[in-house]
Amino acid sequence: MTWRSPLALVRDALQGQRARERELRSLVSNLLYEGLEKAKQPNRFFLSNAIKTTKYSLLLFLPMNLYEQFHRFANLYFVGIAILNFIPVVNAFQPEVALIPICVILLLTALKDGWEDFRRYQSDRKVNNTPCFIYSRYKQYVERRWKDVRVGDFVRVVSNEIVPADLLLLYSSNPNGVCHIETANLDGETNLKQRTVVSGLWAANLGFEPESFNSVVVCERPNNNLNHFKCFVEKPDKDKVGASIESLLLRGCTVRNTNHAVGFVVYAGHETKSMLNSNGSRYKRSKLERKLNADVFFCLLLLFTMCLIGAFGHYLWLESLPGVPSFLVPDSNGHLDVPSLESFYMFITMIILLQILIPISLYVSVELVKVGQIFFITNDIDLYDEETDSRIQCRALNITEDLGQIEYIFSDKTGTLTENKMVFRRCSVMGTEYPHKENAIRLDVMDEPESEEEVIFNQHQQLPRTRWSLESEGISPADTQQHGRRRKSKVAANAHSDVAFSSPLETEVIPDQKLLQQISRAESSGGRRDGNRNFDPHLDFFLALAICNTVVVSMENAHRQRVTGAFFQRNKWNRTRSEDPVIDSAKTENEADTNELQTCSLHPPSQNGSTIAEAEELCYEAESPDEAALVYAARAYGFILLARTPDSVTVRLPSGEDLVFEVLDTLTFDSNRKRMSVLVRHPVTKDYVLYTKGADYSIMELLGTPYAENVSGIEKNIAADTQYHLDCYAKDGLRTLCITKKVVSESTYQSWLGERKRAQAAMECREELIMRTAVQLETNLTLLGATGIEDRLQENVPDSIVALREAGIHVWVLTGDKPETAVNIGYACRLLEEEDLVINMSCKNKVTCTSNLDCTLEEVRRYGDDLRNIGTTQNISLVIDGNTLDIAMSPDLQQRFIELTKHCRSVLCCRVTPLQKSAVVKLVRDKLKVMTLAVGDGANDVNMIQAADIGIGISGQEGMQAVMASDFAISRFKHLKKLILVHGHWCYTRLANMIIYFFYKNVAYVNLLFWYQFFCGFTATTMFDYWQMIFFNLFFTSTPPIMFGIFDKDVSVEVLQGVPELYRTGQRKGEYNFLTFWISILDAFYQSLVCFFIPYLAYQDSDVDLFTFGMPLNTAALFAILLHLAIEIKSWTLVHWAIMLGSVALYFVVTLAYTAGCVTCNPPSNPYWILQSQMADPIFYLIVTLCTVVALLPRYSPPLCICRQLDRMDPSTRDQWIKEWRGFRGGAPAKRYELPDPPSPTLETPVDFFPDFLPDSDFMGDDLSLNVIAESRQRAVHT
Amino acid sequence: MVKEEQEESPNRPDNTAFTQQRLPAWQPILSASIVIPMFVLIGAAFIGVGVALFIASRDIQLQELDYTGDDSAHPCYKCRSSTEKCTCSMTFSIPNLFKGPVFFYYGLTNYFQNQRKYGASKDDNQLYGDLDYFKDPSSSCDPYTLDSRNIPIVPCGALANSMFNDTFSLSHVVNGTQKIVPLNGKGIAWWTDYNVKFRNPSVTPLINAFNGTKKPTNWPKPAYELDTTDVYNNGFINQDFLVWMRRAALPDFRKLYRRITHDDYVNGLPAGNYTLTIEYNYPVYSFNGRKKVVLSNVSWMGGKNDFLGIAYIVVGSMCVVMSIVMLIVYAKFKFAEDD
Repeated sequence: MTWRSPLALVRDALQGQRARERELRSLVSNLLYEGLEKAKQPNRFFLSNAIKTTKYSLLLFLPMNLYEQFHRFANLYFVGIAILNFIPVVNAFQPEVALIPICVILLLTALKDGWEDFRRYQSDRKVNNTPCFIYSRYKQYVERRWKDVRVGDFVRVVSNEIVPADLLLLYSSNPNGVCHIETANLDGETNLKQRTVVSGLWAANLGFEPESFNSVVVCERPNNNLNHFKCFVEKPDKDKVGASIESLLLRGCTVRNTNHAVGFVVYAGHETKSMLNSNGSRYKRSKLERKLNADVFFCLLLLFTMCLIGAFGHYLWLESLPGVPSFLVPDSNGHLDVPSLESFYMFITMIILLQILIPISLYVSVELVKVGQIFFITNDIDLYDEETDSRIQCRALNITEDLGQIEYIFSDKTGTLTENKMVFRRCSVMGTEYPHKENAIRLDVMDEPESEEEVIFNQHQQLPRTRWSLESEGISPADTQQHGRRRKSKVAANAHSDVAFSSPLETEVIPDQKLLQQISRAESSGGRRDGNRNFDPHLDFFLALAICNTVVVSMENAHRQRVTGAFFQRNKWNRTRSEDPVIDSAKTENEADTNELQTCSLHPPSQNGSTIAEAEELCYEAESPDEAALVYAARAYGFILLARTPDSVTVRLPSGEDLVFEVLDTLTFDSNRKRMSVLVRHPVTKDYVLYTKGADYSIMELLGTPYAENVSGIEKNIAADTQYHLDCYAKDGLRTLCITKKVVSESTYQSWLGERKRAQAAMECREELIMRTAVQLETNLTLLGATGIEDRLQENVPDSIVALREAGIHVWVLTGDKPETAVNIGYACRLLEEEDLVINMSCKNKVTCTSNLDCTLEEVRRYGDDLRNIGTTQNISLVIDGNTLDIAMSPDLQQRFIELTKHCRSVLCCRVTPLQKSAVVKLVRDKLKVMTLAVGDGANDVNMIQAADIGIGISGQEGMQAVMASDFAISRFKHLKKLILVHGHWCYTRLANMIIYFFYKNVAYVNLLFWYQFFCGFTATTMFDYWQMIFFNLFFTSTPPIMFGIFDKDVSVEVLQGVPELYRTGQRKGEYNFLTFWISILDAFYQSLVCFFIPYLAYQDSDVDLFTFGMPLNTAALFAILLHLAIEIKSWTLVHWAIMLGSVALYFVVTLAYTAGCVTCNPPSNPYWILQSQMADPIFYLIVTLCTVVALLPRYSPPLCICRQLDRMDPSTRDQWIKEWRGFRGGAPAKRYELPDPPSPTLETPVDFFPDFLPDSDFMGDDLSLNVIAESRQRAVHT
Repeated sequence: MVKEEQEESPNRPDNTAFTQQRLPAWQPILSASIVIPMFVLIGAAFIGVGVALFIASRDIQLQELDYTGDDSAHPCYKCRSSTEKCTCSMTFSIPNLFKGPVFFYYGLTNYFQNQRKYGASKDDNQLYGDLDYFKDPSSSCDPYTLDSRNIPIVPCGALANSMFNDTFSLSHVVNGTQKIVPLNGKGIAWWTDYNVKFRNPSVTPLINAFNGTKKPTNWPKPAYELDTTDVYNNGFINQDFLVWMRRAALPDFRKLYRRITHDDYVNGLPAGNYTLTIEYNYPVYSFNGRKKVVLSNVSWMGGKNDFLGIAYIVVGSMCVVMSIVMLIVYAKFKFAEDD
């Protein structure tokens, strides 16, 4: 350690600060400076790779933790009061004793924080000590720890290893300079992504030589954007090479399918993108907690009132004394203060005395209860998904009870309501529709067994083996014998199917015979004639399907594995032994593992055996499920995507010929363009061909001039026919894509290429420039055809939606799909019902929109008032598209729009952007002041999820971005039903009741002291020993409410799920509201009056002494408070009994021990032998019994809770009862849950829960002038 | 693979009754068939207890004699404002035998012994016989810690200083002559106070322990001379002192003065005329208080108090009435259901 002057240190620190703050960083290799002291290192200013996520250090834990804790107002309040106690004129207890409760609370919280921090420390240490390989000048690659990695180092990563820092990829063992990574740790996406080596840094003939790296890497300041990175490498000859996210290996990713790769560390430790992205668990304040704080404030007011009464009373008492009696103690100088000053002191003393009116342990208890509630939610087996082997995750820890108050649910469609498993259904090529009937039958067959999980699994398993054919519709008896075994292996099998979007459902497509003939005809009729510029459009269509995507092909046998502990170990061992490619071990590992899910295709008849085997090995890894579905569809027709490198695509044609297309550029998908294109050079024709696929509306307007002209050319017909087919597809609920082609001339390409390169090298607004170049090229397209892809509904979605709606929740679905598709899905998932009145709002400009809105609103109101509709139904649903939504949400119309939606049972918004989704949520939330919940699965739902009170992410096929932003993460939509209706209800009722009880408990107990003030001259005397007062709140009565908050079950799962209407209790009024709060406060007053005045009257005119008088009061209060809770507890389990009886036992044991052991320990109070002597007196028991009974008698005015009786019934009668209940709706029992505002249409609705009860009402009146979609849906609602 | 088939996924939640919140639970249902009998039972039991309490309380005899003397006709009127030693006597008659053992109480009204500062004004360690605290009493006794010449006061504090110092004697008029009723001053304080909480320093004679201390200003005699007849009734373990130091819970209170357990009065006070002679010292004018003497006997439930018995009877009757009302409602409800 060399000595350095402090000045130099300061200067260094400032320099470092500046270097880190700079917009651009220049980094050089560390190798040239290896072995030099730290001050000479060029990259010394940048953070090292060691991470520290702990909040505290060992030394500073106490001050820092205390500082954090004192941010909570309640803690400050209690400490302030404890400090007040140190002022002699106002103290009420011994000062030291007064500190105990707050110290215990602070200590408990500190212990909890400390433990959490220790866990973080341990995990940090583990990560920091993970081994990795750093290049050294002397020894090539040496093994070091992650924490030793510095910016400017060269790090080598091998297959299946996790990247230790953000690396600029300089070398890959892959000959194409590609490195595959899996970003599952970052965003959960399991598909492989390609990263490419920064090109042009090494002379082609020379190998990769870290020592010779003398360029300067200039990169931007670290940011948390995982998808963007701007950087260039400046070579010694001042030549600049640009690099982007395409060349960056992010910390936390796993290297796959690449033997080894070497990267240059650009960001390390906390500056890496993954670390900048991880920002702990979210803190949200729940609605209940906000209300709680308001009530704490009410309690403060109450406390002040009581203290004022005390002070005033003391003043009057002093004034009424004619002289100076011997019991009036002057201060130490023998001097008495004037009554007004005395009473001022008394005011403060009273605050100290009555401070526990504000429940000190409430906040800690609420936190504990939430921990317990979250434990039960995450452990619910019904919320566990076997397929993905995932439980529900609670990411926000303190809003569980908000789940019980949801009034609006905003749901995404794709991936949330649907599986997001895209299945190719049908296509239209050159204006001819190919219905793929056989394919449809196949899918229907797969549909049927969905009711029974076991069977569907059997199907999934069976299909690959039997080479599915139309004849094998039935399941052979032999299969069923194997159910048991398969069912067991289901979880295991699924854990292994890492390949995204590759279940047999998605991979197998049965070609349409007509289209197959068409293709073979095209092929034979000289589609391959050299130099023929008119390549047959049918072939082109499938080529486009195969090429125009970003699907990565990987071979089955090289298929990656999850890194397990053992595997990791083995790798290390391999590595240290030799430089052998580690991939070998991966191979052997895989061979040992039988591949559970083999992807396979149905081969067209024209294919021969050898290609089948080869093609079967292929695995397609797509970023979006649509792409995979299209590639699989193309494969079914013999257009097999064989390989993809950054600059070439290999496709096998049905004839068996392999074509290698040179990929010139990929215009990637973005949500503005809603399309993607691939520019390739055709190997045969040498044409520059642009294949574009995208949403129909974004493509149709880009079609070439022939389509736009007003002549009836063949192209025009094709466009019209295709559009017609597209509409049909949409009506069937299919997702549509248009496929187009464009041949680009050499000159156009060259000029465009120049622009493109400029755009890519730009440092500023690169994305925008790149997008602009993309738009430039995508014009004058030639329409090839369209595809219809089905996205199937998840199981139990209709059931869940119906239940949620019956629970009084407004369900909105926000989707980017076309209105037709959306409406169709809406019917399928029973968001819309056959008999619904569906209002379709779609208008071009504001004027029509305004009038439309006004007249619709008028109609809706009239409809609601219409006598014929009273008592029947008011099922109005709104379908609105993105454009109209934008207009309707403009400031002057939004009020009317909201008014309209209030009348609607469900709302379906189509073609909305992510931004609109969050805007809708915010609008509803702010305007209606309701609790909102947003559920979604993709990156486009993140805004919405964050805008809502509760965000729920579905960990589906589209990665983890939604989950990362969410408060709760579930794996299926159906879980929402139990999560909200059962857990939400429970969490809310439990917590609400517990909080009310807490307030009650403290008020009841404190008031005993208050009443006593009337009999002691308002001098703040306590008739309890102070230790007992502390114990009372800290031990004797603290666990039962916590247990109540965690375990109580007011209504059972079955009833809650069977009668969703029960959920409405929590929504607006709920258990915890103004009324219940004040009723419980009044009850507390009553009970404290009883508990005080009965002993008072009983001991009147006797020789009872102070603490002897206090003991029955204390005991009676304990029993009243505990039995009050016992009445509140709806179901008693062993835990309940143990805790309740334990609390009583603890009271007696502790008090007996304390009164026996404490002779002079706690002056001035002296409780020695009090309880013992009282327990020998029968009067004590008589008083306690009487107090308890009289205090609780009003609570026993028998409330006949129907639902509690319901629970007692055996299941069959209960079901019968629930049926009757539903039959009665609108009758007396349901009225209890009726909400005056907003009108809940489901309330009087005839029930549809049991299909037999479905009314055949077909009331969609013709007289209504509304724009009604009178669609009669013939399709049976499946699932 | 085989292994994995058999193993449950570690991520799968445990399917136990506890984690799935399906623990067997008892759900108390407040149905009429349970509530009504329960109410009847509680009502009956309460009425029973109430009657017993009421009878016990009714059987207790009570004789109260107010000797404040604010009425000019009262024999103690002269002592009210007198600063010197003053004695007055009152006569009363007992019509029937006053069953023994008879408890002799003195009572004060409007005296706030339960005042917080007053209650704190003592030194428990001093009273526990710790000599260190004789020299240097706790500051909690202020301003009754040191006298004007800075000599520590023992026992210190307002509580001790304000000790009740009226004395009484009772005589029975038998055939015109006054026969002194022997008053037993033993065992009137709590056993624990006498034996555990309060202790004299283990110095003999006791007076030596009090060297260098002063008696409380209001006291006529120092602590070691409280009872000249009994060595074991002196200092801090003097029974009257102990009774006084146990602070009353309410401003109107009585404290046990003596018990009548000896000689001819073992079975109680016979009918006849009695004279109560009061040595009137304690001033009550400054707090508008009253002083009285109470003679009472006790039952298993303590002194005379009708409240508890009546309360039990009332609550019990309410329960019964409520159960009847419920029965009527229930019957109606039942009939409605049958329709």
